[in-house]
Amino acid sequence: MNKKGGDPNSLRKTISVNAPQDVAWRVFTQQIGRWWPLAHYKIGEANAVDAVIEPRVGGHWYERGEDGSTCNWDSVLAWEPPTRLLLSWDINADWQYDPALKTELEIRFIARSEHKTRVELEHRKLDRFGARRDQMREIFDKSGDWGQLLARFARLAEGGAP
Amino acid sequence: MTSAEQILDALGDPTRRLILHRVRHRTRSVQEIAEGMKVSRPAVSQHLKVLRRAGLVIVQAAGTRRLYAIDMRGIAALRSWLDGFWDQTLEAFKRVAEQEAGKRRKSR
Repeated sequence: MNKKGGDPNSLRKTISVNAPQDVAWRVFTQQIGRWWPLAHYKIGEANAVDAVIEPRVGGHWYERGEDGSTCNWDSVLAWEPPTRLLLSWDINADWQYDPALKTELEIRFIARSEHKTRVELEHRKLDRFGARRDQMREIFDKSGDWGQLLARFARLAEGGAP
Repeated sequence: MTSAEQILDALGDPTRRLILHRVRHRTRSVQEIAEGMKVSRPAVSQHLKVLRRAGLVIVQAAGTRRLYAIDMRGIAALRSWLDGFWDQTLEAFKRVAEQEAGKRRKSR
């Protein structure tokens, strides 16, 4: 899933999804609250119960807390259903909303067949994190093989083959 | 939220791990946290300060009392350091998209 390019200011991820392009687009944009790991990846103090991407250029994307509060993640820069979405990611290295940050998140949905879609994600302009770029890059990417190691452990713990 | 290194350093102390465990499921005052511990209350306060600085614990004012709770953002920092933020997020997306695609196939 990792494609490591030479550009230190850009991070690319690709995932193959067994779903038609329009379904992939719909789930990504309209049902983000169903799959975004809100229990862990959120910035507000309140428990986050939903996430929303407003379906238009200039709209916002944000999390909604159980107390009704919202925390902005920033804005929709391009809205091209069902192929391309460009978002501004303005959460700084302290995981606070910072409208001046302006890193970009581009997501492309490429139909591979009637039932398969390749989703490409690029998080770029990481230089906006300044001196903390490498630290943030490591968080957004993968830190060594820890993730894989834990996944192996989980499979073993569940009694399956490693 | 702080760096994973800072969090791991904060958790390198058994008393702090115990404190974190005590506020894991509900907010507690310093007195409640210190109950039955081998260290003094001021020492517990010091440990809480380190946990706060690491982004693992937040403090809430309830009248004159200060209540401590786990800060999920610190846990998130640690988790994303372990798993890779976008890998985890995309995997979660894939699961739901494939579930939806399955539903559509069935309804045809």
